[in-house]
Amino acid sequence: MQVLLDLFITFAKIGAITFGGGYAMLPILQREVVEKKQWATNEDVMDYYAIGQTTPGIIAINTATFIGQKTKGTLGGVAATLGVVFPSLIIISIIAYFLNAVSDSALLSSAFSGIRVSVYILILQAVLKLWKKAVIDKVGLIIFTIVFLLAVFTSYSPVYFVIFAGVLGVVSFRFLNKAVK
Amino acid sequence: MLLTLYIEFFKTGLFAVGGGLATLPFLYDLSDRYGWFSYEQLADMIAVSESTPGAIGVNMATYAGFSTAGVPGAIIATLGLVSPSIIIIIILAHVLERFKQSTLVQGAFYGLRPASTALIAAAGFNFMYHDLINTSVYSGLQSLMDVINIKALIFSVVLYVIMQHRLFKHLHPVVFIAFSAIIGILFSF
Repeated sequence: MQVLLDLFITFAKIGAITFGGGYAMLPILQREVVEKKQWATNEDVMDYYAIGQTTPGIIAINTATFIGQKTKGTLGGVAATLGVVFPSLIIISIIAYFLNAVSDSALLSSAFSGIRVSVYILILQAVLKLWKKAVIDKVGLIIFTIVFLLAVFTSYSPVYFVIFAGVLGVVSFRFLNKAVK
Repeated sequence: MLLTLYIEFFKTGLFAVGGGLATLPFLYDLSDRYGWFSYEQLADMIAVSESTPGAIGVNMATYAGFSTAGVPGAIIATLGLVSPSIIIIIILAHVLERFKQSTLVQGAFYGLRPASTALIAAAGFNFMYHDLINTSVYSGLQSLMDVINIKALIFSVVLYVIMQHRLFKHLHPVVFIAFSAIIGILFSF
């Protein structure tokens, strides 16, 4: 029980001081989990990150679940995950409440008209960064183009595109591997 | 309502691959299908999620859940989002080595990475389109100037150029969001 509480509190702390999740969490994880608590080694954390990326879901969540699981089994995984999302629940609920309450403020709506521009520019920036790692060859380019066009011009759920791309990836990966051999 | 919220966010957690904005296309889809929140609200959610601590995907789920059904909504949406991770990771922890070496997994992600990037790009494109093109104006008669939000277009180009500069390139997004808020107040797009 002590360990579970410790996992929850430590990961709540990590969730509260990480801006942006994913890679931003890495140095904080190393300090809190590897150096202070010694629940995992640096190599473990890197492994969890790699797996967190290659499994569905948010990387930060996957990594937290992994470390919790390793430390104290299934309950540990649950405790660490609940811990890491806990600060978001509190902080975001307060902000959302406040924003909904003052949504008719003219000042705030002008501010958000500017913020919206920064949002899609930030998305563009993120896409360019992802592009370098994700679109590495012609197959990647084809998948990117098909999914992009379908997602813009149709209103199918992204779920179908993800399944389609996963299957296509497996098939073409097999095919390419055979071609090399 | 809450059950639908849980199921939809469970699906998001299950199919959103990668970190950061990977949940965005799914929230976009939710906005289309259920009308729980508008595109404008979604853009605001992203700005808030990027400017507050915590993983962006989690923040966005919490915000979307809160906007839809208050505090219970926030809790349910977040739990829905993390449930698949907990289930998958706990199963995986037992077959870790086999999983890492599996060509099936490598192959799947070979296809998923470009698809995930494309989905985020498409959501970003839709945002930009809705913000820059005024689709509600009465067609005909108006000049091009009425249809395109010129001020926002100019600012988006300026902002993009600023971000590429090496002095600003590594600044946290929250800096650009705060800067844009000020520009928004000054010029009101």
